[in-house]
Amino acid sequence: MARLSLDNVTKSFANFDAVKDVSIDVADGEFLAVLGPSGCGKTTLLRLVAGFEKVTSGEIRIGSEVVSGKGGSVAPEKRRVGIVFQNYALWPHMTVAENIGYSLKVAKLDKAVARRKVEDALALVNLQGLGERRPANLSGGQRQRVALARCLVAAPSLVLFDEPLANLDVHLRASMEDEFASFHKRTGTTIVYITHDQAEAMALADRIAVMDGGRLAQLATPRELYHEPANEMVASFISQGILLPADVLSAEQAGHCKVRVLGTELIVRCRPGERPRAGAKICCRSADLDVSPDGPGFDGLVKRVIYQGGSARIEFTPSTSPDITLHFEQPDPVMLESGSRARLRIRSGWLIPAVGAAS
Amino acid sequence: MSTRIRESRGQEMVLTAAVAIVIVLLSLLPMLRLIKEIVAPGGTLSTVAIKAGLASPATWIATWHTLVVGIGGTLLAVLSGTLVAVLVTLTDIRARSAMVLCYVMPLMIAPQVTALAWLQLFGPASPFLKLFGAAPPLGTRNPLYSTSGIILLLGVQYGPLVFLLVRAGLRKLPRELIEAARAGGAGWFTMLVTIVLPLMTPSIMAAAALAFVSCVGNFGIPAFLGIPANYLVLPTLIYQKLAGGGPAVLGETAFLSVLIGIIAMAGILAQEIMSRRRDYRISSTSLAAEPYELGRWRPAVQAGMWLLIIVVLFLPLFGLVLTSLVPGYGIALTAKTATFDNYRFVLFEHDAASRAFFNSFWLSIAAAFFAVLVAVPIGYLIAWGKQRWVRLLNLSVELPYALPGVVLAIASLLMFLRPIPLTGIQLYNTVWIILYAYLARFLVLALRPTISGYHQIDRALEEAAQVAGAGLFTRMRTIIFPLVAPAAIAGGLLIFMTALSELTVSALLWSSGSETIGVVMFSFEQGGDSNYAAAMSVITVAVTFVLMLVTNLLAPYLPTGVLPWRD
Ligand SMILES: Nc1ncnc2c1ncn2[C@@H]1O[C@H](COP(=O)(O)OP(=O)(O)OP(=O)(O)O)[C@@H](O)[C@H]1O
Ligand SMILES: [Mg+2]
Repeated sequence: MARLSLDNVTKSFANFDAVKDVSIDVADGEFLAVLGPSGCGKTTLLRLVAGFEKVTSGEIRIGSEVVSGKGGSVAPEKRRVGIVFQNYALWPHMTVAENIGYSLKVAKLDKAVARRKVEDALALVNLQGLGERRPANLSGGQRQRVALARCLVAAPSLVLFDEPLANLDVHLRASMEDEFASFHKRTGTTIVYITHDQAEAMALADRIAVMDGGRLAQLATPRELYHEPANEMVASFISQGILLPADVLSAEQAGHCKVRVLGTELIVRCRPGERPRAGAKICCRSADLDVSPDGPGFDGLVKRVIYQGGSARIEFTPSTSPDITLHFEQPDPVMLESGSRARLRIRSGWLIPAVGAAS
Repeated sequence: MSTRIRESRGQEMVLTAAVAIVIVLLSLLPMLRLIKEIVAPGGTLSTVAIKAGLASPATWIATWHTLVVGIGGTLLAVLSGTLVAVLVTLTDIRARSAMVLCYVMPLMIAPQVTALAWLQLFGPASPFLKLFGAAPPLGTRNPLYSTSGIILLLGVQYGPLVFLLVRAGLRKLPRELIEAARAGGAGWFTMLVTIVLPLMTPSIMAAAALAFVSCVGNFGIPAFLGIPANYLVLPTLIYQKLAGGGPAVLGETAFLSVLIGIIAMAGILAQEIMSRRRDYRISSTSLAAEPYELGRWRPAVQAGMWLLIIVVLFLPLFGLVLTSLVPGYGIALTAKTATFDNYRFVLFEHDAASRAFFNSFWLSIAAAFFAVLVAVPIGYLIAWGKQRWVRLLNLSVELPYALPGVVLAIASLLMFLRPIPLTGIQLYNTVWIILYAYLARFLVLALRPTISGYHQIDRALEEAAQVAGAGLFTRMRTIIFPLVAPAAIAGGLLIFMTALSELTVSALLWSSGSETIGVVMFSFEQGGDSNYAAAMSVITVAVTFVLMLVTNLLAPYLPTGVLPWRD
């Protein structure tokens, strides 16, 4: 168990920055998820922590020791980190037990002790009795468990997961998620968990780091990420937030301010200290939208109705700004039809802080 | 069948039939003829040939020698090739492409040229040693005339073969398998021994089998190094018997050549069994691992690598050039004695030698040209064909190349000893029998790149032409051939380079007037005229270099791996 801190870490390949100026502090025993679109540098970040890549600039510390920095780099085998890969990376020429016991053998642990530890690790991931199998004869979920056991057997201070569930089907994912959560609770290991599945990140993590184009977009708890995104990227990336142009009309008071959106005025949540400004953006969720046939709101056209069983997803363009599309759900009985006109009301939203505002 | 259906099937049938005829003629017929000679010489079943062969002590001695140099050469090739592959692929060694080019080079040089070059380096007449006054006194025996000499040169010749296969395997190794071990606490070296090498077992085994077949079938090296020491392996035993006894001993040599074939096959079989014992299948694909940082060892490792390259490539070639400039045996090379007379002699004055240049050039060109022409339709059937039996085609084209060259040579002799039935055409004792053997043996060298070329082409390109109304032959000519041409032509150039200084086959098939470069070189060396042999070698090596440069121009249009020396 150890703290992990990254200080202004940058990694460039040739002249392309895969990770740029990222600073993250992971507390002892914390479960941190790293979330982001494909190619944003998640895997690179993980490989920097594991020591497979050298930082271009910045510093990485595990516990109190600087493992990557100007002074050089501690070899991966000396870092005591465990890693679980998306493609499992089980060695095909070894049995399950040999795979799991590899790090013990390398550490020249007493054979009997090693055997007991392997048994324990197998039990931990519910694979008792499969020690003599070959990895090729296991199902995907079983392979992933072996990979987990292999990384846990050496009791690493820090465990890294690179999209460990991406290759599994939906049902297996749910049950493996439970296992990861209970494993984290039981051992209290510090975990960095990479995923591009938001639900997975939300369900498991204490905090989530959202990455975008190599930079850290926001580091916050799942709740904060959803309700108070720090920028447009996070707002639209998390749960398909809807971004709308807005003018701030009043200064912040008790965490709220008045804005004008699509010609109507409304009260949204905001950061302390917001002042009136033009050209702002608010983020609202589909749950914040209501059909209000004759209340306050704005008119528009229903572009598409996609029935999803029990409810429909409605895509809607306001008449005043036809280039914006809003979407929301309407439960059965669905009354709107594509091509029809309707009136919408925004109940609440979140004012996205001005670019450059401190987070 | 409607006429329209018949019309569209027609061209495909013609193509298939033509390909089948070529393959029957070039690979099945000679093999069958050879087997018939063993089990039923003269048309009736008999075991006389087998019994006679088994009873001769020479057979057993040569078999023993073949096994010794075969296994020794293979071990040396596997050790050196694997070591170099690991260093070049997994570490941060510098100047990688140059290293690969230089290390693979001996593969492009004919074995007898390698043998000659090394002999010139260490012999008592060595102009190189004389430069330092370090040459042993005249009359001293060349240390390479020995079992260990043969093994050493076989290892040098075929180390690159192992290197290429193991390197290809290492490149496909997903980095996660390596990284998981490092994260588990294994240092780089431990990881290498416990993860990488075991996972490379299939590549190493396949490479070993290939090296073994090549060592066992090699003629040039044991001919130059073994015959003077009276150390005979099966190919050289066959050569001596034929040279002494002519067609009369053909039955006896047929038995010996089948024996080589069996030994080679046993090697391949052993590899199959070894590779099946465990599961080595790597299911995932990923990027290649980050090169390991050698740190302060890097200069030493690099120096070691270049030293190896200097020893196996540059020194022998240098020795060869020096010898080719010396006016006569044992004369020291100085600015005054250096002369181009040897070149003039072999190119213009010596009848057989100048004839050999002419013969080898047109034989190689013809073989390359024919192979390119045939490889395109055969490749089409193998790569894109729908019939299952076509895959057998591939196997039967590989056979004449996979088996030692001596086997094919004997089979060709047996086939054409008498005039071809019905036509009365006599190929025996003409240059045409050599051409036949070259066609059969080297076809696969053009076929392999062509097939990988096909695999890279989107088949929709052909289908688009088909929809546009083009028949099969039109498509072949206008769409398919232009697309696979670079790969097929590169294959053709490889054939040209290989055939130009080929010795194994022509040593058994040549006759007066149909000498090849390899044959004349061999007879110069046997007659003690190493200077002439060296001059001929230098010329062929130079031609090979130039052709490699020319072939490099095609590189951008080729699938990777077609040109062995390109990284
Ligand atoms: N060894 C490398 N050399 C050059 N570029 C690289 C290398 N490794 C990664 N990159 C580039 O860095 C960027 C980030 O890659 P990375 O693998 O970290 O993305 P990722 O967020 O893990 O994506 P995914 O979700 O698809 O796995 C990509 O544009 C990738 O092409
Ligand atoms: Mg990734």
